[in-house]
Amino acid sequence: MSEPVLRVKDLRTQFHTRAGILKAVDGVSFEVGRGRILGLVGESGSGKSVTGYSILGLIEAPGEVAGGQVLLNGQDLTKLKGEAIRRVRGAQVAMVFQDPMMTLNPVLKIGTQMIAAVRAHDRVSRKVAWTRARDALAKVGIPSPEERLDAYPHQLSGGMRQRVAIAIALLHNPAVIIADEPTTALDVSIQGQILAEVRRLADETGTAFVWVTHDLAVVSSLADDICVMYAGRVVETGAAADVIAAPRHPYTAGLLASVPAEHEPGTRLPQVPGSTPSLANLPPGCAFAPRCFRAGPACTTTPPVQDFGDGRTALCHYPIETDKCQPLSSTSTTYRSAS
Amino acid sequence: MSAALLDIDHVSKRFVKRPSLGERIAGLIGAGRNTEIVRAVSDVSLKIRKGEVIGLVGESGCGKSTLGRIVAGIYAPSDGKILFDDKPVAREQGRHTQKLTTRVQMVHQDPFASLDPRMRIGDTVAEGPITHRIVKSRDADSYVADMLGRVGLDPSYRRRFPHQFSGGQRQRIAIARALAMKPDLLVLDEPVASLDVSIQAQVLNLFMDLRQDLDLTAIFISHDLGVVRHVSDRVAIMYLGRIVELAPTAELYAAPNHPYTRALFESVPRVGVGRKNFRPIAGEIPSPLHPPSGCHFHPRCPFAGPRCKREAPPLAAIGPGRFSACHLNTGGTE
Repeated sequence: MSEPVLRVKDLRTQFHTRAGILKAVDGVSFEVGRGRILGLVGESGSGKSVTGYSILGLIEAPGEVAGGQVLLNGQDLTKLKGEAIRRVRGAQVAMVFQDPMMTLNPVLKIGTQMIAAVRAHDRVSRKVAWTRARDALAKVGIPSPEERLDAYPHQLSGGMRQRVAIAIALLHNPAVIIADEPTTALDVSIQGQILAEVRRLADETGTAFVWVTHDLAVVSSLADDICVMYAGRVVETGAAADVIAAPRHPYTAGLLASVPAEHEPGTRLPQVPGSTPSLANLPPGCAFAPRCFRAGPACTTTPPVQDFGDGRTALCHYPIETDKCQPLSSTSTTYRSAS
Repeated sequence: MSAALLDIDHVSKRFVKRPSLGERIAGLIGAGRNTEIVRAVSDVSLKIRKGEVIGLVGESGCGKSTLGRIVAGIYAPSDGKILFDDKPVAREQGRHTQKLTTRVQMVHQDPFASLDPRMRIGDTVAEGPITHRIVKSRDADSYVADMLGRVGLDPSYRRRFPHQFSGGQRQRIAIARALAMKPDLLVLDEPVASLDVSIQAQVLNLFMDLRQDLDLTAIFISHDLGVVRHVSDRVAIMYLGRIVELAPTAELYAAPNHPYTRALFESVPRVGVGRKNFRPIAGEIPSPLHPPSGCHFHPRCPFAGPRCKREAPPLAAIGPGRFSACHLNTGGTE
């Protein structure tokens, strides 16, 4: 992999609450190369969205980025404050939210908003800005972009709005776009269209994407690399195809095994028992241990990062070693043998 | 084949937008626009046998939730009728209606919205059965404990409030509430869509266990093709208010017939299939306010011909138990 454009190192984001300090992001590290798509996967409460917000410096009190670095082409974004981070946001790193109406102002025309977004960073005439806005809309596959610039957000469908949000993110050719569950609220046929566009954009423009999602199927068809999070920590990384074919961390294996489409209809699904732990009340050592079929005595201590080469790591005392995975204990939970 | 427990007979549902005051005045002087009508469900017929689980699949605006709500008695159909055990439901009056409607229970998508936040969950589960005299109030405690145990919750939780539970647990409570009414038919509207993947599997397993133990009949509404395949005996695919394909699950997934079904299957990303291996359907889902003429799918269909613009294809038999609404099966699209 070429020199990564974005390198997150040991990022720690915490929230000060009455219940104490919640470590929403607890030592997260990953990197994304030019034109690559990283799937940041996790369930609710895993810290995947907070990681995305931390990269852009969008964490507000009672939260704070308490440690670590976010290196964008070598520059540490966590050190930037006020006007300095605003010059980076939208220009070098952009964000796409789950709900496009978080990006769009309902009472302004698309064109007005996009022209303002262009001129926020570049001192160009309105005419030039309009042209750039139109080109950006065309780039994300919006038919008749001139007319759309004259429309209000409510006149567009959900899928079109999300395309507009992606177009706004692309206006300044950012090095990285953080996308937080951008297709979760969309219908499958529209989701398919957007995934195909994003893949093409990453390949053609060289923009790197951090695609935050809970949907393994989306990651499987879109991402180059995967980073699986659980309770604020990265538990597994690697090339998307490798991780999905042969997960090393029991949590990843459990997630993959519980996808219904991979099983004989009507049969019991292998389920991960229990529920996601509260960050205020994490078990000592490995946070996944109480739900894990491979848990052993060592799991009450913090697990080490095991490095398997080729960018594949797992945060686990007892990673799944070979391409065959069998439960160690005789529980009712049998995970799919990864082929 | 046993008789149909539920017979949805040519049911349609129209929603008419109420004109604003200004529009009504404009209407009086003859300058008004035509009233806007959404045909959420148009002419749908479906028979559900006892013990059967029907999957209802479609994208937003296809009418799947509206159909579920008509069956559950929340909406009355604009046309057609719902027969339950060969007796019409919606047109009955008084006590009889009440008796019939309690036989269908619904589980909603969002367990954060469907449970009363200020009611202890034990009371939530007991309210319906006590009101409808399924259980006496002095026996309610043990009845609730039994119901909670059945959905895998500790009966001692019954004094708690909904906010003390996770999403998966709340959905179990919603299922317990529905089962407590001893329904003959369960309508589940996207019951796992708002749950995390690992929790989704738990709730699906629970549903399959309950189905086996209680011989449940159910309509399972979902946009997730994988989930529906896993739990249903037959699947109906809906598009803009109409059923476009109806088939036994295994046959449908092995060989989808309708171009929309095929396109839908191809556009779904799947685990393990790998990068770029899916083909999205072109075009937008049309607004149900202004559906395309003829076959609603024709503007997005790669096989569409002139006939598809003119006439709507009927849902015709294409094999034993298989139905599809496409002109390709009945003499071509010319």
